[in-house]
Amino acid sequence: MARFAAGRLLESLVVLAAMSFAVYVLIGLMPGDPIDLMISGNPKMTSEDAARLRALYGLDQPIVVRYGNWLTAALQGDFGYSRSYTQPVLDILLPRLGNSLLLMGISLAATLAIAIPLGIFAAVRPYSPADNAINLFCFAGISVPSFWFALLCIILFAVKLGWLPAGGMATVGAGSGLDPLQYLVMPVAVLTVTHVGSFTRFMRASMIQTLRQDYIRTARAKGVGPARLVVGHAFQNALLPLITIVGLSFGSLFSGALITEIMFSWLGMGKLMYDAILGNDYNLALVGLLFATAATLLGNFLADVAQVAVDPRVSFAAREATQ
Amino acid sequence: MTVAAVSQSPSRRMWRRFLRHRLAVASLLMLATLALASLAAPLVERLLGIDANAADLFLRMQPPSAQHPLGTDELGRDLLCRLLYGGQVSLAVGLIAAVFSAIIGTAIGLVAGYAGGLADRLLMRVNDAVIALPMLPLLIVLAAVDLGKLGLPDTVVQSEHVSLYRIVVIVSLFGWNTVARLVRAETLALRQREFVRAAVALGTTPRSIMWRHILPNAVSPIIVATTLSVGQIILFESTLSFLGLGIQPPTASWGNMLTNAQEVIWSAPELAVWPGLLIFLTVIAFNFLGDGLQDALDPRALD
Repeated sequence: MARFAAGRLLESLVVLAAMSFAVYVLIGLMPGDPIDLMISGNPKMTSEDAARLRALYGLDQPIVVRYGNWLTAALQGDFGYSRSYTQPVLDILLPRLGNSLLLMGISLAATLAIAIPLGIFAAVRPYSPADNAINLFCFAGISVPSFWFALLCIILFAVKLGWLPAGGMATVGAGSGLDPLQYLVMPVAVLTVTHVGSFTRFMRASMIQTLRQDYIRTARAKGVGPARLVVGHAFQNALLPLITIVGLSFGSLFSGALITEIMFSWLGMGKLMYDAILGNDYNLALVGLLFATAATLLGNFLADVAQVAVDPRVSFAAREATQ
Repeated sequence: MTVAAVSQSPSRRMWRRFLRHRLAVASLLMLATLALASLAAPLVERLLGIDANAADLFLRMQPPSAQHPLGTDELGRDLLCRLLYGGQVSLAVGLIAAVFSAIIGTAIGLVAGYAGGLADRLLMRVNDAVIALPMLPLLIVLAAVDLGKLGLPDTVVQSEHVSLYRIVVIVSLFGWNTVARLVRAETLALRQREFVRAAVALGTTPRSIMWRHILPNAVSPIIVATTLSVGQIILFESTLSFLGLGIQPPTASWGNMLTNAQEVIWSAPELAVWPGLLIFLTVIAFNFLGDGLQDALDPRALD
């Protein structure tokens, strides 16, 4: 178990290291040039001054050397300054990461709270009208463009009905209390609707699979009622594969949160990254992207370890594999 | 199973199974209609006597009329024509990128599954890593990359269709992993079958085994996965275009039409309806189609 976890952790770190280099190169390929941006407001700047600045910041060196320097500083906790906020990158990033995780956490909880009962409900009556209706709803959720769905929600609930604020995180001057909650409703709803479909379909497939097992047939033959069969016997085993899917969904949650945050001006990391990329804030974009990647890899890692911890069949296979 | 069912050819039985999936059939018809209508966009322009890109600021956000069946947008351009041209872009990007990623995925899956060993482990680790990444932030960075800095000539960088090619390349680079995983699994299973082992014993080269014995037997999952990925790609394309990083105006795409609609959301909210509805219907149709094909192409499925 510990050996499996250590191996998986090492793997995640290798991926993160490879990604950090790839992202570093990509950010360097974005339009604009940091020195040009610095000197654009100063007409007295000569090209010699620009070259001197370039050498001062080490920008005249090859990309591998620059990456090495950046990595050395980053490993010591120095991620540089944000150009547009003129503050250390981490000071801006961490509160934003908290906001994103809040949005994602509530949505994930809501998604699971809907998907698990709905998937089981569909699985115990396959190909019935109710199952078909749920299937249709799932496909709709998977297929709807989240930005359009968000736009429709804003048009309906903010523009036409005026029930909910169109965006932001709190009413100015309203103090705390329940006020921030109304700003959460639409972002959470959008993120949930666009994710609930795949979870429900997965839960349904997993439950149908489990109900076909021999031990379920045995239990049924011994006279266990249908409700107890599902809740008491099948539920736990059908839930196991869902752990993997939750772990793998972190990447997609970050992507979904990015759109949702932009649409509702939610001050999370997705919106921060997007603004940083469009605003040539190289350091911020770089570190934001790496944080999103690291969080996603961490989610996958935890899901894999949890899977091994709770499922003796998997942990046996993992032990075999590492020996 | 009756005698009649046995005597049917496999392709006929596939077709019959597909026809039974009513949503998939309806989706196929809808997609065909949409594709034909999009291709007919210049014809519609001619018939209505208008130009899809001609702005008329005196006719902004008009309601539907005889000349503009769906009304006009915030610059006075005909909404119907722009929707049809946007359809050309979305369908073309979706189909082309899906085929490219299927080709990449098939090659990777075949090699990983057949060669096994270190190559397999490495390719599957890369596959896992790609699946785990936060896709959209990465696509946004890729879409923002300055092609001039990559050393591409100016004529390419400034050409009209560069945003289209760029999106196809980006999505193909990240879209291959489902196909790769499926083809690898299929290859691993087929490698153990008698006919493949017989071919090996007869001295057939690995390339020929992969190409002539394994690939034809792995076609069904490739077709299903590719169909499903068209929908995903259209979603990515429209999202990037909506964020201003995909298809660049004045070329119409459903995504960038929604960008403009968002700006006039308080004065003309109805402009946001059509482009999004078309994205939604197209994506859901490709998903239903893939679902129907999966049932139809599965040889283990019962009639």
